Amino acid sequence: MASLSADLVQREPRLWQRIRAISWGLVLLICTAACFGVAVLYSAADGNMEPWAAKQTMRFAITLILMVGAALIDIRLWFRAAYWVYAIALALVVAVDLRGFVGMGAQRWIDLGVIQLQPSELMNVAVVLALARYFHSLANEDAERIRYLILPALMVLVPAALVLKQPDLGTAIMLLMGGVVLFFIAGVRLRFFLLTAATAAAALPGVWHFLRDYQKNRIYTFLDPDSDPLGAGYHILQSKIALGSGGLFGKGFLQGSQSHLSFLPEKQTDFIFTTLAEEFGYAGGLGLLALYTLIIVYGFAIALRSRNHFGRLLGLGIVTNFFLYVFINTAMVMGLIPVVGVPLPLISYGGTAILAVMLGFGLLINVGVHRDTRLNRSGARRPG
Amino acid sequence: MLGTGQAALVAVLAGRMYQLQILESDRYVVLADENRINLQLLTPPRGRILDRFGVAFADNHQNYHLVIVPEQAGDIAATLDALASLIEVGEADRRRVLRDIRRKHPFVPVVVRGNLSWDEMARIEVAIPELPGVSVEQGLTRSYPFGETAAHVIGYVAAVSESELTGDPLLELPDFRIGKSGVEKSQDAELRGSAGTSQVEVNAFGRVVRELARVPGRPGSDVVTGLDAAMQDFLARRCITEESVASVLLDAVTGEILALVSIPGFDPAPFTTGLTPAMWQQLSADPRNPLTNKAIAGVYPPGSTFKPVVATAALAAGVLTPETSITCPGSLALGNATFHCWRQHGHGTLRLRDAIKKSCDVFFYETARRLGIDRLAAMARRLGFGSPLGLDIPGERPGLIPSREWKLATTGNAWSQGETLIAGIGQGSVLATPLQIAIMVARLVTGRAVTPRLARADRGISAGDDSALPDFPALGVSPRVLAFVVDGMNAVVNEQGGTAYAERITEPGFAMGGKSGTSQVRAISEYEHEHGLRKISQIPWKERDHALFVGFAPVVAPRYVCVTVVEHGGVTGGHGSEVAGPICRDVLYEVQRRDPARRVPGRDSVAQLPSPGWPSQPRSDAPGG
Repeated sequence: MASLSADLVQREPRLWQRIRAISWGLVLLICTAACFGVAVLYSAADGNMEPWAAKQTMRFAITLILMVGAALIDIRLWFRAAYWVYAIALALVVAVDLRGFVGMGAQRWIDLGVIQLQPSELMNVAVVLALARYFHSLANEDAERIRYLILPALMVLVPAALVLKQPDLGTAIMLLMGGVVLFFIAGVRLRFFLLTAATAAAALPGVWHFLRDYQKNRIYTFLDPDSDPLGAGYHILQSKIALGSGGLFGKGFLQGSQSHLSFLPEKQTDFIFTTLAEEFGYAGGLGLLALYTLIIVYGFAIALRSRNHFGRLLGLGIVTNFFLYVFINTAMVMGLIPVVGVPLPLISYGGTAILAVMLGFGLLINVGVHRDTRLNRSGARRPG
Repeated sequence: MLGTGQAALVAVLAGRMYQLQILESDRYVVLADENRINLQLLTPPRGRILDRFGVAFADNHQNYHLVIVPEQAGDIAATLDALASLIEVGEADRRRVLRDIRRKHPFVPVVVRGNLSWDEMARIEVAIPELPGVSVEQGLTRSYPFGETAAHVIGYVAAVSESELTGDPLLELPDFRIGKSGVEKSQDAELRGSAGTSQVEVNAFGRVVRELARVPGRPGSDVVTGLDAAMQDFLARRCITEESVASVLLDAVTGEILALVSIPGFDPAPFTTGLTPAMWQQLSADPRNPLTNKAIAGVYPPGSTFKPVVATAALAAGVLTPETSITCPGSLALGNATFHCWRQHGHGTLRLRDAIKKSCDVFFYETARRLGIDRLAAMARRLGFGSPLGLDIPGERPGLIPSREWKLATTGNAWSQGETLIAGIGQGSVLATPLQIAIMVARLVTGRAVTPRLARADRGISAGDDSALPDFPALGVSPRVLAFVVDGMNAVVNEQGGTAYAERITEPGFAMGGKSGTSQVRAISEYEHEHGLRKISQIPWKERDHALFVGFAPVVAPRYVCVTVVEHGGVTGGHGSEVAGPICRDVLYEVQRRDPARRVPGRDSVAQLPSPGWPSQPRSDAPGG
């Protein structure tokens, strides 16, 4: 045992080593994207730091520290805490349902005084964390047995259902899709997905019944956006006008007529990509997508280089989640998919969104920092 | 596999952006500009209408209205209450304001009261610091300093009606006014100017953010007329005592109308802001037709004022010479019909000059019979009857000169000689406007086919500048004939025994010539012929005869022609000179007195010419003749 513990001490990276192991390149990319976001928020407020840009800068700074903190914590601690984190997040979601703050016609926030916490966003990270732990502990061959899949499926479906009931269609979809991808990475056979897809298709009329009128409207509007240009289709039409009129190089910083003259709805949150692409054009929009792509590629590299299953699952889950955010948001503002409330990570104004994203990145970097740490099925370090 | 999927999706995003931002960009740029840019028209100030000396008949008057911006005012009801304590705000105004506020965006100013007086302005200005959102704004409204007196000739402006819309967006502006009658209508294009535009950037709620560009419009041009405001005023005041009058003062040489009056008039100002139904009802129900310009749209049998036409036609055709004698026993029998002279016991034997002077009906029955309707109608048309004269304001009526074809076409019956006789004294089917009668005399005294006009665009403001006299074509009637007829009209006024001798101007050099007339509104019955005519007081106003007079002055080189028709103003069997004559006399005297510089001889004035062919007539008292 003594040799074992000596071994432990020897192999345990010191704090400064861990700091050095942080992928500073990724941090730089994240900061770049965040700066871009602050600039767009500055423009969205007609060239003012208030009310969004200054607050967003502060939030980013705080969550940046939280991210580094999350990155430096021993990965085994995260492994052990995974279910607890999940339980707390789930409890918060339930709490929102029970005594939530009513805003925007939807119950999504818990007012903590300094921040209006949106637990459904945190739920994303929690689900990835919990599933990563679950599948880590599962033997590969067990992943093909359906009875071992019931529990993780519930771990995804329960919060998804709760979030949908809030109602927050965007986040619910995020949870489901994130879960599906994690199942896939964990090695679940393709036929299970097909089976699930068939079941889901069968359940669709039931789900439709649960949707609120405005959510149904959004889907109608998506199917035929020009049918009601001043009503339900207004947002997406104005968004397309803003994007299209931006052209190749855009109208210039602070010059976006659609956003500055309030034709664009939610210009600082869900439609911020439009604000950006109107002012910086195709070049600017593509630039941001390129930045995101770099971050995602970086994330993939970190995840795949992890020597433990938990790390790989966690990293890939978080990167995929990030990708889903980016894709759903941008595809939505371009009129490719129905309007669902999903923010653009690192750019959109909003406290919980950035907290969730930065926590996710913290875990991703953590995977990178602890890529050589080995974990056995129960989470204890495997003997070297 | 996951990476490939994500890469594919990113490619989809990039492709979609390419489609929106590069391929379809032009379309969206247009849509974005349509979103943000509003083109606002700026109403050009309307041109003024001036008289020949530059006096304004129609002007733009600055007016002030009280507006309220709801979002700045806060409590609308309280603000309205506060305003009501300062100025009068009616219950209807209040309801309209509240309704407008509900319908419009909160930043759109709503007019509370228009046309503020100075007193009201002052009270509001003092209180404005305590009334947020309340302000006084300026606007232009059309004003007519001469009001009723020139309403018919100047016309009025009013809101554009649906049928007048041409697609010009200027016409669709709520505060735009278009000329509806008179000079306002005929010169509307000149007066209107062209709209300026203001490009403003608006936000999604329609609030103006800033002005991007402004193209100033062209203000409407002033229109100078040949009117003389002083004479217009004089004529109107001279006529106002009568119930229903039309009168025109004309420059015989230039054809310019110096004054034109139709009594009763109407106030053109309320049309600008919109008549109330009650006002409209009152105007349109009035039997004296205040809205009709009777000088050009009133048609009357010209009566005896038509006799110079018959005389000219007869002399020109040679059916009569100045020496031809005709006996008037008081009536003339044709077939089994009898045609009466106005003088029951007749004029005895007389020649043309005396027949004009005494206005003998029988002489002109006989003359017309010899002449025939065809030659009479041809001369009447040549002298300006039977069709519109082309005056440059709308509403002229053609009148009527009957002919065989007309009779056949309208009644299906052949022309009868009796109608020729009746036409010989300007009754029956013969109808003329007062302006036509004036033009007839202008043509007789100048020998040229004078046409009337109001606008003076080519000449501008000048006192007596005749350098650019219009070149009217010659009438084609022998100057000797014209001189004889004009001399006969001189005798009417200036010789003892003339029907208008009482109305002569005695001041040397100012004398006028003329012709009186009475136009019957109803036939005189056989009973009346036998038992004497009813007393004027026994006849209802509507059935009384019209009194007419047309005069020219001076008798040497006549320059001015004045015609007056007093509706139902005649004494039955009289000459019209008693009522209409004095008006013409006073006006012709005044116009000569007022501006001696204008009393220059016109070209080719026939009165200047000697009349060599015929023996000169004895002139007992012909001042200036």
